[in-house]
Amino acid sequence: MALLEIRNLAVEFATARGRFRAVDGVDMTVEAGEVLGVVGESGSGKSVSMLAAMGLIGWPGKVTADVLRFDGTDLLSVSPRQRRKLVGKDMAMIFQEPMTSLNPCYPVGWQIAEALRAHHAVPKERVQHRVIELLEQVGIPDPSRRAGNFPHQMSGGMNQRVMIAMAIACKPRLLIADEPTTALDVTIQKQILDLLVDLQRQHGMGLVLITHDMGVVAETAGRVQVMYAGQMVEQQATDGLFNTPRHPYTAALLDALPERAIGRHRLPTIPGTVPGIDDRPAGCLFSPRCKFATARCAAEAPVPQAGVRCHTPLDDAGAPR
Amino acid sequence: MLIVPTFIGVTLLSFTLIHLVPGDPIEARVGERGIAPERLAALRHEFGYDQPLWKQFVDYEVQVVHGDLGVSLVTRQTVWSEFLTLFPATIELAFCAIGFAVLIGIPLGVVAALRRGTPFDYGLMGASVTGASMPIFWWGLMMILVFSVGFGWTPVSGRVSDMYFVEPWSGFMLIDCWFSDDEGACRSTLSHLILPTIVLGTIPLANFARMTRSAMLEVLGEDYIRTARAKGLSGMRVTVVHALRNALIPVVTVIGLSVGGLLGGAILTETIFAWPGVGHWIIESIQRRDYPVLQGGTLLIAIIVIGVNLGVDMLYSVLNPRIRR
Repeated sequence: MALLEIRNLAVEFATARGRFRAVDGVDMTVEAGEVLGVVGESGSGKSVSMLAAMGLIGWPGKVTADVLRFDGTDLLSVSPRQRRKLVGKDMAMIFQEPMTSLNPCYPVGWQIAEALRAHHAVPKERVQHRVIELLEQVGIPDPSRRAGNFPHQMSGGMNQRVMIAMAIACKPRLLIADEPTTALDVTIQKQILDLLVDLQRQHGMGLVLITHDMGVVAETAGRVQVMYAGQMVEQQATDGLFNTPRHPYTAALLDALPERAIGRHRLPTIPGTVPGIDDRPAGCLFSPRCKFATARCAAEAPVPQAGVRCHTPLDDAGAPR
Repeated sequence: MLIVPTFIGVTLLSFTLIHLVPGDPIEARVGERGIAPERLAALRHEFGYDQPLWKQFVDYEVQVVHGDLGVSLVTRQTVWSEFLTLFPATIELAFCAIGFAVLIGIPLGVVAALRRGTPFDYGLMGASVTGASMPIFWWGLMMILVFSVGFGWTPVSGRVSDMYFVEPWSGFMLIDCWFSDDEGACRSTLSHLILPTIVLGTIPLANFARMTRSAMLEVLGEDYIRTARAKGLSGMRVTVVHALRNALIPVVTVIGLSVGGLLGGAILTETIFAWPGVGHWIIESIQRRDYPVLQGGTLLIAIIVIGVNLGVDMLYSVLNPRIRR
């Protein structure tokens, strides 16, 4: 049984100009012990779909899905109280901005202890000990002293380590990392990623790594899903995705990587921008920017087939079929 | 160090304003009976009111710097001892009013923020605008009219019914009557406190509710609130422990700043309810042109407001770890 199973997930926000679909028909399956990369531009709905899975979409957002199941529990029908028993314990999440994701009013050790206490993860008298242990595990030097520090007394990298310690405090089976390294220096990025992958292997967790960095995906993920404008456009094993992308959007993204454009005069780009609330095309959402788009693409929305949402998926040579 | 200009400013202002009012203490005491011009001149000379104003002011400043606030021209008691006798009554009232405003205003603000955009939210915010702009004297009279005169539920004035005598041990009626073991006196004290507390607490209550609401709305959108929810905490815990704790930082500042306005409101409230506190005392000193009382009383209240603001700054650093050493 899959750890996390999502079918036809949609998230809508009521805005002053009508309803906006931030996520539209996303399917996703995460197996235990697997690293799944989710890539896409800003605003492609990567974070929102994962927040929806965690039950963190509040007013004015509205979540619908055919299936939203975690480890056999139907998340659509459970009571909020039951859901809170899963969230933070069996499924945990870390966020993009470590400096603002921790409460400035409490010491970091206290904030980790709160997660342990909320789920009765360890006996009361062991909480403090476990906090120190966790801080040590995520590589924070002098953990017993650091536990008493406030977030503003620590660097961004240290705070992200604290966030990770908090997320793994109750030994979750699924960890969702929402661009965990975006706000950090390059050297720190590498350390945090290594830490996440290490922890994932040690605990056999399922890890969903949301990122817009293709390099991060190539290094860590076993399987990749590509999102565009709230839709999942392609999913493949990492090797396959990098060697033979099937969706023109994925191919264009890979072409835009500087390391793949060595020797070229200019770095290839994707013309245009992601459609917003006012200019969503009738057919394929990527059709206005796609160099292979046909009349059918503009008129008719494709449905995912064999992991690709495209009327003319690319073949091994990169040409449309 | 700001204490020096504040001190000079406050004394200069109260000195100038009271001397702008026609009449001096001696004329005020003489009233309509009249007095022989020679006698008036002699008395004025005795108290130093024939000196040029700048000289009177400098003399007063020198006297105050030496720690002497002077003697009331009416009662012949020192300003300091009168103040100490009356001040507990004002503190008691101000404390109850602040407590009333905090205990009701902050929860209302929190609920309004959680239910933003609902009729409850709009209704409360509308009511708070009305509350914050309520004229105290009108509000006090209306409360007396409805609850004292109309329903007869509460007494009209004073601190305690004349039926009871409570030994003024601390000066705080609530504490004194508690230790006097006289249940009737306690009940009487409480019933005398209700209306003045509500009247004085209404404006701060409205301000605290609005401030809490906007601070909560801001904090509820913060990333760490999402983190707290992602831990699987209950909504109550997220609201109180994570959101309110942060939202209180600006609210405490507003509470501290409202103390100055509250003491101003206390002057009106005490006058309406014949509450024997310093506000009442200062109003009377104006009518009697009791210069030492007016100037000394104003100065002491200014010092208290400064002290409270200092206390708020310190409390602020307790609440906000980011500005702690």
